[in-house]
Amino acid sequence: MAAHRCGLCFVFTLILSCFLARPCSCDTFEKISDNTEAEESVAGALREVNADDQNERQWQSTDVEMDRGDASKHSQSFTPAPAKDQFQEEMVIRPLHSGDIYASFQFRTLWDTDFLREGKKVSHYRLFPKSLGQVLSKFSVQELHISFTQGFWRTMQWGQPFIPSPPGAELWVWFHHTVTDVDGNWKELSNVLSGIFCASLNFIDSTNTGQPSASFKPLGLRNATDHRFLRYATLPREIVCTENLTPWKKLLPCGSKAGLAVLMKSEKLFHSSFHSQAVHIRPVCQDALCTNTAWELRQTLNVVFDLYTSGQGKKEWSLFKMFSRTLTEACPLASSSKVYVDITDNPEGELFELSPATPLLSQAVVLGDRRTYSVYDLTKAETFGQLRSLNLLLRWKGNSGDMLRPLLHAERYVAGFGLQTGEIHTVIYNNHPYRAFPVLLLDSVPWYLRLYIHTLEVTSKLRDNKPSYIHYQPSKDRQRPHLLEMLIQLPPHSMTEVTVQFERALLKWTEYTPDPNHGFYVGSSVVSALVPSVVAMDTNFTQQQPLFSSFFPVKEESSYFMRVYTEPLLVNLPTPDFSMPYNVICLTCTVVAVGYGSFYNLLTRTFQVDEPSPPLAKRLANFIRRIRGVPLLT
Amino acid sequence: MAVLQLEKQRGRYAALAIAAVVIVVGIPLWWKTTETYRAWLPFSEISELDSLQLQLSVDIEVVFSRGTLTPEQQTKVPLSNVREQEHVVDAKTGLRYTYETKYRTATIMEEDALNQHTAAEADLSLHMLTESSCGSVVVYVIPDSSTLLPEDVKVYVGQRRTALLRSAPIKSSWSLKEVLSNLDPHVEKVVNTMSFSHQDIIAALSDRVRMAKVTKESMADNMRAIKSSPGYEITFSLLNPDPKSHNLHWEIEGALHDYIQPLLNKLSPIANFSVDSQILYYAVLGVNPRFDNSVSAYTLSADSLSHVINPVEARLGSNAASSNPVLNFLLYVPDALHSPLFIRDHSKREVPSNAFHSPRWGGIMVYNVNEMYGSEAELPVDININMAKVMGVFLAQLRLLLGLQHTHPPPGFVLQSPGSAGLADWELDRLLWSRSVENIATASTTITSLAQLLDQIGNIVINDNIAQQVSSAVTSLQSAVAELEAGNLAFALQYSREAILASERAFFDPSLLHLLYFPDDQKFAIYIPLFLPMCVPIVLSLLKIVSETRQRQADKQAKKD
Repeated sequence: MAAHRCGLCFVFTLILSCFLARPCSCDTFEKISDNTEAEESVAGALREVNADDQNERQWQSTDVEMDRGDASKHSQSFTPAPAKDQFQEEMVIRPLHSGDIYASFQFRTLWDTDFLREGKKVSHYRLFPKSLGQVLSKFSVQELHISFTQGFWRTMQWGQPFIPSPPGAELWVWFHHTVTDVDGNWKELSNVLSGIFCASLNFIDSTNTGQPSASFKPLGLRNATDHRFLRYATLPREIVCTENLTPWKKLLPCGSKAGLAVLMKSEKLFHSSFHSQAVHIRPVCQDALCTNTAWELRQTLNVVFDLYTSGQGKKEWSLFKMFSRTLTEACPLASSSKVYVDITDNPEGELFELSPATPLLSQAVVLGDRRTYSVYDLTKAETFGQLRSLNLLLRWKGNSGDMLRPLLHAERYVAGFGLQTGEIHTVIYNNHPYRAFPVLLLDSVPWYLRLYIHTLEVTSKLRDNKPSYIHYQPSKDRQRPHLLEMLIQLPPHSMTEVTVQFERALLKWTEYTPDPNHGFYVGSSVVSALVPSVVAMDTNFTQQQPLFSSFFPVKEESSYFMRVYTEPLLVNLPTPDFSMPYNVICLTCTVVAVGYGSFYNLLTRTFQVDEPSPPLAKRLANFIRRIRGVPLLT
Repeated sequence: MAVLQLEKQRGRYAALAIAAVVIVVGIPLWWKTTETYRAWLPFSEISELDSLQLQLSVDIEVVFSRGTLTPEQQTKVPLSNVREQEHVVDAKTGLRYTYETKYRTATIMEEDALNQHTAAEADLSLHMLTESSCGSVVVYVIPDSSTLLPEDVKVYVGQRRTALLRSAPIKSSWSLKEVLSNLDPHVEKVVNTMSFSHQDIIAALSDRVRMAKVTKESMADNMRAIKSSPGYEITFSLLNPDPKSHNLHWEIEGALHDYIQPLLNKLSPIANFSVDSQILYYAVLGVNPRFDNSVSAYTLSADSLSHVINPVEARLGSNAASSNPVLNFLLYVPDALHSPLFIRDHSKREVPSNAFHSPRWGGIMVYNVNEMYGSEAELPVDININMAKVMGVFLAQLRLLLGLQHTHPPPGFVLQSPGSAGLADWELDRLLWSRSVENIATASTTITSLAQLLDQIGNIVINDNIAQQVSSAVTSLQSAVAELEAGNLAFALQYSREAILASERAFFDPSLLHLLYFPDDQKFAIYIPLFLPMCVPIVLSLLKIVSETRQRQADKQAKKD
């Protein structure tokens, strides 16, 4: 025992010493040079290395030459090279009909470079974060989308978000077609991202990774069809909090020190109904001609504040109320920095009053609808007025009207009783009054819910609706999930129900989570669709579009791309009593011991006929008689 | 009665048979099924490595040019001698230095080369003539009257592996032996400068040996240099805390190509280096500099430097794509309100380079830009950073951090500056010597402690791949030691690197941790319900049998009596 303990101590000290190998940089500082001569030059610095007069003179002379060269450079009127990277920031505020406020931040860094070009390593970063750049080139990532969401987006009350995301964490990555070991790269990449974002992405393994064949097409330049290079995973259980926000903010060039990001105080952001932060990286065109690629990093943060209930029933909001900060400046590195407020429902100012008022208005076609926005340009000094700070204030005058029902909407639930079987219902609504359109439904179900795919039923308007395309990848126990992808035609103004039955598997006792009675999460289904647009979509490629309207590429005027995530499911699995293994050991051991004991007795004991002893009643009687002194019975 | 006796006998046999089955079948079965897999490790070879006897061999060539020897002395050259030095470092570590010196006279071409005007030219043309092998030293003895070297200079150490030594005036009556014994102390000094000194080697052994005899300075050198590793990430960061006033531009790509890359190319046998750069905005130092009225500038005192890095370091980010140690070089441009900013040393003097470095971490340089624009300039001001100045400082810091110690040449020595390569061949050799020794020391410590650990904790599973890593580490270590002995420095370094890689991989293999903690009380909790009820009857009946036999023997004895 003592030896064991010694050994353990030894291991720990070794591990500790490895961590401490880099000494804490507290009092071991040294200065580079002790020379008194005020010689700020190469020579001065190198003198310690070459402490010799002659050599020093040589260094000095070269140095003089250098200085002269520099002087001439300085004397020329210096014109900075056109920056190959640019940064844009914007915030959209949309008052929701429920009285909540939807604030959506988008930060875009565009860099005219190619991470995947052969032979030339990208290693000098300016605005683009180095940590992400290194990941892109190391793992040959073509496109990367990661989102962390806390709360569920209520489509029926809030309408469509600009960039949808499922509750929990979602990661999908297209790898470059030169990658040979996609699974190895994917595993390592998720581990690295887990470190960068302080999230549990390291729990992504083959059991929750799928390769959807049609739902997740690249959003960037490449039109890939080979889904061998795509990996998709969700962690519906992931809790998003401050520790994920801080590394996300660190990726911004201005951090949270200037620009719109100063509003991101975590105690306010996480005191909200919905919070979603995401990072999207993809190659895009540099210009309209699309001769060169640029890499785009989009960081988005969407948050819905419930100011109605927390604000004593007043439908009033201001930047300060929401974020406990006001805006004072744009990020000096940003080429554009704008705040948009959605005033579509308030053309004449009868619904609410927005102050300070701005003369700038902008129209954009977003999610199939033409919206009007008040624009506040933070790069202009007059935006901030006399107080040198911008505190947007919105006061409601009347009651807002009813919201139009969103054209596409989906929900999902588990039906059935008992712990053996169950049924997953997915309901998709098409609220378009007269247009039918197809949707792609993607369902990724963990292996421990064994889907009975023969029970798959799709019904619309009480009639069987046969999917025109089904891609089904059956699960393998402990290896991969079920992946079900279907193309369903949604009739106009209808409700389509997809049901499939499943059986709950019994897990091994080490496979249960620490709180198994909480249940197991099944990630959201994804409904992707090209929804018919009410107004003509803008298919022109222009840099001047606001960021929030230019995320999903628009290919045709008549429809727009939309993705809807359903609720994640929480399914109870048959859960054993976890002291069971030890009980079983004890019980079997006792049974074995009892059997063995009697067997042993039978074998080793000798048996002989014994005089039968008098019955109990007689013995008792005799006992009493003895006390009384009466002769005993025989 | 006889039947009863027979029955009792049968019971006794049954008990014995059951006990026999339990012992012969049960216990081995239990032993076999609960065993942990432990692959074979070369324990005997590892324990040999525990006591390390290193032999370092240097080839020295001493070449006499015309005019340094009298003709009769010349006839006795060439000859060679071997000088050995032994040091016992501690009970388990010994060092032996072998200097194989060959003496010869210069060839005609070498004489021509030595007739150049300056020492640098001579050095270059001598290098053209012969390619000296890694780790060797060539000393050219030139006559006292030679004009190659300035008056007061005795020894000139070139950019390659050659040195010029001005010979002391030689009396023609001396025999060659006397000449050589007169020369040898000088040659020894040259060799100590150009290849390795005992101090360096002891410092390199610091992983194995408790430091006691090491001087404070070489200790500081050793602590400053980053640990030997198969690769390094070098990151240059420009910190711009005030992008509103300063729009900084640095030509980092070209500067790296001109200043840093030649040095790294030269160092490529030692490790792989990857270089990148980034610009961080709104990155502030952790200390508020104090305004000094006397110089109307902000100052940072040396004591507060230790607090500077921490808030910056959070933004630097580690390299996500590799796990090699990172060397950070930060160029800090103070914000407009806090400039100029100067660093002061302990004696309150301004540090001319305005830079400092932190051992095994990297360096910071403060670059003041306030003089480059007037007060009426329109903000933000475009500023082009003078990369020559910056890179000079960073290069010097990089050399220190990589362990290219600044050598203290003995008086009368001139060291040729390394020039554009950033590193002389003999400096590289010095580094190779100490790195090889350091790698061998580290790898042998790792391997022996791993073996000790595995020996002590019986629960640890040793998989085949770990055994394989350990054996490959051991063989590489042995070859590294052998190559050092043979004087093949390049191979020694390569083998020692392989050894360190393999040993670390074995040591940090996660499979070692799986069953590390499997406490005995849990084992007992599982075994007792089964073993106790099974063993108690067997033991009891065995005891009974024994006592009965004893009784019977006692009875027999009594009967006999």
